[in-house]
Amino acid sequence: MSETITLEVLRYHPETDSEPHFQRYVVPYRDDWVVLDALNHIKDNLDATLSYRWSCHMAVCGSCGMTINGEPKLSCHSFLRDYRGKVVRVEPLDHFPIERDLVIVMDSFMEKLGSVKPWLIPKVEKPLSAGEYLQSPGQMQVFHQYTQCINCLLCYAACPQIGLNEDFVGPAALALAHRYNLDSRDGGRDARAEVVASNEGIWECTFVGACSEVCPKHVDPAAAIQQTKISASVGWLKDLLTPGAHR
Amino acid sequence: MSRRPYIRKVERNWWIRQPRYISYMIRELTSLFVGLYCALLAVGLVRLAQGPAAWDGFVAAFSSPLGVTFQLACLAFAIYHSVTWFALTPKAMPLRMKGEPVPGIVIVGAHYAAWAVVSIVVLIGAGM
Amino acid sequence: MVEFRARAVVIATGGAGRIFPFTTNGAIKTGDGMAMAYRAGVPLKDMEFMQYHPTGLPGTGILITEGSRGEGGILVNKDGYRYLQDYNLGPPDPWPRKKAMELGPRDRLSQAFWHEQQKGRTIKTPHGDVVHLDIRQLGEKLINERLPMVRELALAYVGVDPVHAMIPVRPVVHYTMGGIHTDIDTATPLPALFAAGECACVSINGANRLGSNSLAEIVVFGARAGRAAANFAKTNPKPGLAGKAGEAAQARLRELFGREGGGDSVSSLRKAMNDTMESDAGIYRSEDRLRQTCDTLADLRARYRRMPLQDRSNVFNTDLVQALELGCMLDVASALAQSALQRKESRGSHQRLEYTARDDANYLKHSLASYQGDAPPTISYRDVVITKSQPAERVYGGAAT
Repeated sequence: MSETITLEVLRYHPETDSEPHFQRYVVPYRDDWVVLDALNHIKDNLDATLSYRWSCHMAVCGSCGMTINGEPKLSCHSFLRDYRGKVVRVEPLDHFPIERDLVIVMDSFMEKLGSVKPWLIPKVEKPLSAGEYLQSPGQMQVFHQYTQCINCLLCYAACPQIGLNEDFVGPAALALAHRYNLDSRDGGRDARAEVVASNEGIWECTFVGACSEVCPKHVDPAAAIQQTKISASVGWLKDLLTPGAHR
Repeated sequence: MSRRPYIRKVERNWWIRQPRYISYMIRELTSLFVGLYCALLAVGLVRLAQGPAAWDGFVAAFSSPLGVTFQLACLAFAIYHSVTWFALTPKAMPLRMKGEPVPGIVIVGAHYAAWAVVSIVVLIGAGM
Repeated sequence: MVEFRARAVVIATGGAGRIFPFTTNGAIKTGDGMAMAYRAGVPLKDMEFMQYHPTGLPGTGILITEGSRGEGGILVNKDGYRYLQDYNLGPPDPWPRKKAMELGPRDRLSQAFWHEQQKGRTIKTPHGDVVHLDIRQLGEKLINERLPMVRELALAYVGVDPVHAMIPVRPVVHYTMGGIHTDIDTATPLPALFAAGECACVSINGANRLGSNSLAEIVVFGARAGRAAANFAKTNPKPGLAGKAGEAAQARLRELFGREGGGDSVSSLRKAMNDTMESDAGIYRSEDRLRQTCDTLADLRARYRRMPLQDRSNVFNTDLVQALELGCMLDVASALAQSALQRKESRGSHQRLEYTARDDANYLKHSLASYQGDAPPTISYRDVVITKSQPAERVYGGAAT
């Protein structure tokens, strides 16, 4: 008989279950399979009721985040070969309500994301006919890494502060706010500060650093938040020393 | 439609689930010892103001085996805190010179250098 | 079921690459928007033109960027031979050279793979035949600098470090050039319905899209769709409730949930569709095999109408979602196969084995596939609007320089 591997998947069906439970599936072991391939094998051949999100299968769309053996991971980028000989335990991402099986409710994140105004707010609006807002490659390099976020929410699952205070704006949203604050074409820092520099914003972060460790795109949200803390403090100090002067 | 999202509680022992949470909690704990040490120094100042007898008593307590043990513990925690913090400084304070990012090792090195300079100044001051 | 009422609707749902088994497209690219418009009476235009990208990873279909050849990567067969020189793309030297060899267009490179496969000069793998993309000559430094993603993807998904070894690649379905028939303002023949992006066919891609022109589809025609739809909504009243149409949609869902019995499932029908599309409606097509595909698709569509759900629950039912997507894919696939069967020439990504030449006299035309319910679609034609660029011979390799 060819080699197999066992998956232990958290199941929760709101219409019939009072709480989640684990279900075991035995699937073929393939060296080049990722956990998502194993889930698709289950869905297509063993149990069509298993529910989970996925799309691109190449760590770009950010929809297949799951907790795999205790660690927040993209299931399309977690290879069975790294779990060979073990049971693979698959659960939904921590710190989010479970809609069903491996599907989480992410409404809270969508609200937080919008609240930091993650779009360009030009310093001076100009009409289309006035041409582009130009930027040099060097100016782009300053914030480039923060544009790589795919909103996969692994950082929210890894962040203990999110677990302790669900109102914390959280790593990905704050990193994206930082991305626009650093953009040479942007003038929206003050407009974002109301949320970013609030108690539920950067000051709720205690620099655990777990968000950056689990980030599959090396965005490093922890760094973004610490930098925002420093620039917010410097701004506050300037205001204090030069009262009346507008930043 | 009968949605009924299930909310999982955060367990009290959440921080022993992951090595990275444990080291984080130790770092948080270090602040307790650093704080206590600062408080003791403040007590020392008060003792100094109360006269030589009070000061000698304070110094004696500080030199007792218990006092030395406590100070060694404080030193260990302070070093742990400083080393882990210095390691993170390139992230928190990235620098760019002439448009190029300054390598992390330079930023970390500058922190260690500053630490050494301050320590030497304090030691020289203590020696005088 | 929720009913949305709108003064204007813009469809922007992307392509339908998932009707094929090997594709760079994500799991959501199942042609749902195309099928919605098609069933509502809007023709699907130029559906026979499906672009294969020549370099995808076997199995997953993950795209290895054209940049890897742009930087100097070469394609070789199992004998280590740069086979493209055998297909009017050579000579290989001097290298690199525009419009030649590995810098030739996507359709020609994918077709060359097919010929190599027929000659038995490709390499067998568990995920089908491949050729090798060799970027070793670029060296580690350049690969890390210019093609970091290529190295990362190859290492992770096929276990190959392109600094030291060749990457196995094969043509994979990449882009649906056809789609919902729209005019230059993104309006469809159905009032209030607009479409933009890959799901639409505004006809900027012809029979073989050039790399990055999908950005024009998004940026230019996305903006035009927004403006056109807003203008329409401003000048037209809000429609009433859907009434009978809404009831019919509800009844269709009830019927789907109520079906009994075993037999076919979403995954079994989807696999049968994928197989027939790849083997008989792929890079090269012929009369016999296209007829076979049309018959297979008709059979699959009939079986789909009886297929029971395996999950009858009401919350986040992904079995239901996949079933609905399969229905869309089968409809779009039959429009594709029927359009391909009736285009008796070879043009761009549509290659017929028995009609190898481009036939401008008869087929310098857009095909329009119209939905006919359970029966196969009817195909009609429409003249191509030619303005500045005149149709000309496509020349590559030595002849191009």
